[in-house]
Amino acid sequence: MAETTYLEAIRQAMSEEMGRDPAVVLIGEDVGVYGGAFKASEGLLEKFGWERVIDTPISESAIVGAAIGMGYAGLRPIAEMQFIDFIACAFNQITNFAAKSHYRWGAPVPLVLRGPCGGGVHGGPFHSANPEMYFVHTPGLKVVCPATAYDAKGLLKSAIRDNNPVLFFEHKFLYRRIKEDLPESDYTVPIGKAAVRRPGRDLTIISYAAMLHTSLEAAAELAKEGIEAEVVDLRTLLPLDTDTILASVRKTNKLLVVHEDTRTGGIAGEIAALVTENAFEDLDGPIRRVTSLDTPVPYAPPLEEFFLPSVAKVVSAARELAHY
Amino acid sequence: MASVLTREQHLDLYYYMRLNRELEEQMVRLFRQNKIVGGVYSSLGQEAISVGTAYALGPGDWIAPMIRNIGSLLVRGFKPRDILTQHMARYTSPTLGKDGTSHFGDLKTRHVISPISMLGDLIPVMTGIAMAGRYLGQKIVAMTWIGDGGASTGVFHEALNLAAVQKAALVLIVENNHWAYSTPTERQTALRDLADRAKAYGIESAIVDGNDVVAVERATREAVAHAREGRGPVLIEAKTMRMRGHAQHDPAEYVPREMIEEWKRRDPLDRHEKFLTENKLWDAKKKKEIDDRIAREIQTDVEFAENSPFPPPELATEGVYCNGCHTIEADWKRAKEELLPPRSSVKAEWPGKVSAHSDAPPKAAAKIAAKTAAKTANTHSGNGARPASAGTANAKSKSPRKSKGARAPAKAGR
Ligand SMILES: Cc1ncc(C[n+]2csc(CCOP(=O)(O)OP(=O)(O)O)c2C)c(N)n1
Ligand SMILES: [Mg+2]
Repeated sequence: MAETTYLEAIRQAMSEEMGRDPAVVLIGEDVGVYGGAFKASEGLLEKFGWERVIDTPISESAIVGAAIGMGYAGLRPIAEMQFIDFIACAFNQITNFAAKSHYRWGAPVPLVLRGPCGGGVHGGPFHSANPEMYFVHTPGLKVVCPATAYDAKGLLKSAIRDNNPVLFFEHKFLYRRIKEDLPESDYTVPIGKAAVRRPGRDLTIISYAAMLHTSLEAAAELAKEGIEAEVVDLRTLLPLDTDTILASVRKTNKLLVVHEDTRTGGIAGEIAALVTENAFEDLDGPIRRVTSLDTPVPYAPPLEEFFLPSVAKVVSAARELAHY
Repeated sequence: MASVLTREQHLDLYYYMRLNRELEEQMVRLFRQNKIVGGVYSSLGQEAISVGTAYALGPGDWIAPMIRNIGSLLVRGFKPRDILTQHMARYTSPTLGKDGTSHFGDLKTRHVISPISMLGDLIPVMTGIAMAGRYLGQKIVAMTWIGDGGASTGVFHEALNLAAVQKAALVLIVENNHWAYSTPTERQTALRDLADRAKAYGIESAIVDGNDVVAVERATREAVAHAREGRGPVLIEAKTMRMRGHAQHDPAEYVPREMIEEWKRRDPLDRHEKFLTENKLWDAKKKKEIDDRIAREIQTDVEFAENSPFPPPELATEGVYCNGCHTIEADWKRAKEELLPPRSSVKAEWPGKVSAHSDAPPKAAAKIAAKTAAKTANTHSGNGARPASAGTANAKSKSPRKSKGARAPAKAGR
């Protein structure tokens, strides 16, 4: 069977869910005739028609607002942000309307909001964002960041079937760079469950999205030096799989968190708090972070390279921690 | 034009407006007794809008009220106790004390969307409901309200524009009560009539005297019919006056006294009472009967609210997520097969030719703007509408605003 890219996996998930349930519709800018800026929805208009694949004006608030309304009416809309950076334009609809709805008045908002995030492609300050933490700080939302094609498909299906607003951040660096064999049959990946991608005994590296691959490469390097790192893929940032995180730290007694999001207020800080609150006695060293710098994402390749975490930075931090 | 409403319906309008007013007066008393947890926003003098607009809807239609639309909630079947317990943050309130004021709703039967405080944000949500309604084959109309101040938000523009290109069955009531907190309308917009905004979106509009419940009901009924037929959204500007401060705490010293005095003479309840009397639709006995009923209802519900407990503290942690406590189910009024391959399959290209607008010649006042618009506007159908049924923007279509004359505040049918 042909290998499936991360991007194709996303397209398959939407296509299969739309085929399974006519309540699923797609709304966004250039998602129809053009098939989406990254072609994530290519072919969906031909298959499902004008009523289900809806091209909109350039109006992020209205797109998300309309999707919320569709959800109230019993549909399961998928709203696309052409680049995830533009999610800022819809912030209010997401955090005040969608997130609070079920809590305030018991009205679920079955909505998937998806789009390409992340750097490493020289997109500059406005086409490289990792905005997950704005939303991880918002009770009522779910935040999903898949790192593999298998997960992208399975998690997107779960997101579409979920009764809550799910933000689905697709790392654009991974769109066409990774591929794998996917099962022919319908499958889902549960939201809120992390995965141990590589077992190890010397330290735990927690990561997600594109940085999972950086962390796995670093772990391979470290193994050559005899350091066995356990690599955990969070997959979902909200709700966080605290059991898997704590179990791994209790096993390795050391923790390094790696994320592409900027440092201050990144998920690493939350995980560090979680671990010190619940597994302080198990720690044999300080919790370390390798993250992007606290700046906007710069454009020029040498600047962006300097800004982003890298295999070398992860190896060096992990090595130091292992020897602590 | 004579009103098409029956005597009973005219009495209904009185009942809801009077209930709206008496309930709010009661809430002011409770506020002074410190029994209201948050604020009280009065709709004094604007009852004809809340009541008249909501009254023009059918049972399957949807509304999302704003803070001064308690009257619409009453028309939709909510009871004074719902509103009282909400304001008093009681466990018996529709939100169990999790939210206050008129921030509650009912998805299943009354089709009321709970508003959020952020002005303008209901408009795209109601647009989405209208779009979903068409998709599901329901023939429903979605209605919401916005103030002269809220009309300045970006999302107002985004949403009306989306509704316009989608030909969504949205009716937007712009309540121009001349004030947004302390800011007069001249500082919100350089337009004299907010209804003129509709031109920018290529949608229909009407202006109505917001203190005349019969006129409001009639204008809304026409707009609702227009939207329901799939001819696109309608904006109705209802001219009125905010007769109290922004909320109870605000003495509104920035409002000229004469303005209040002038609008007092146009009080919507006085006017409707006069209408009922002049048209011999009631007598003093009937009025007393209705007024007594209202007093009783409010009395009972105040007692209910005052005797209701506050929510248990632990409730604070519950219900952030839907963990299967609700089922998502659309009310399908058409065959799902139409929406699945092979029947849903289309060619991936814009249906119809993207061509110049063939509108009537631009008016002198807006020559340049209209010319540009005429050159650039498309006549392709909005996507999302079935290409077969999606019409082109047609200046000659029947509209609630047929001529300049129709834009003057509609006279009541009396
Ligand atoms: C987006 C937003 N900004 C500010 C506010 C605070 N606020 C609440 S009501 C109000 C005035 C609204 O005026 P208008 O829209 O004319 O409605 P009215 O109070 O006259 O009914 C303001 C500024 C808000 N609720 N939402
Ligand atoms: Mg106002």
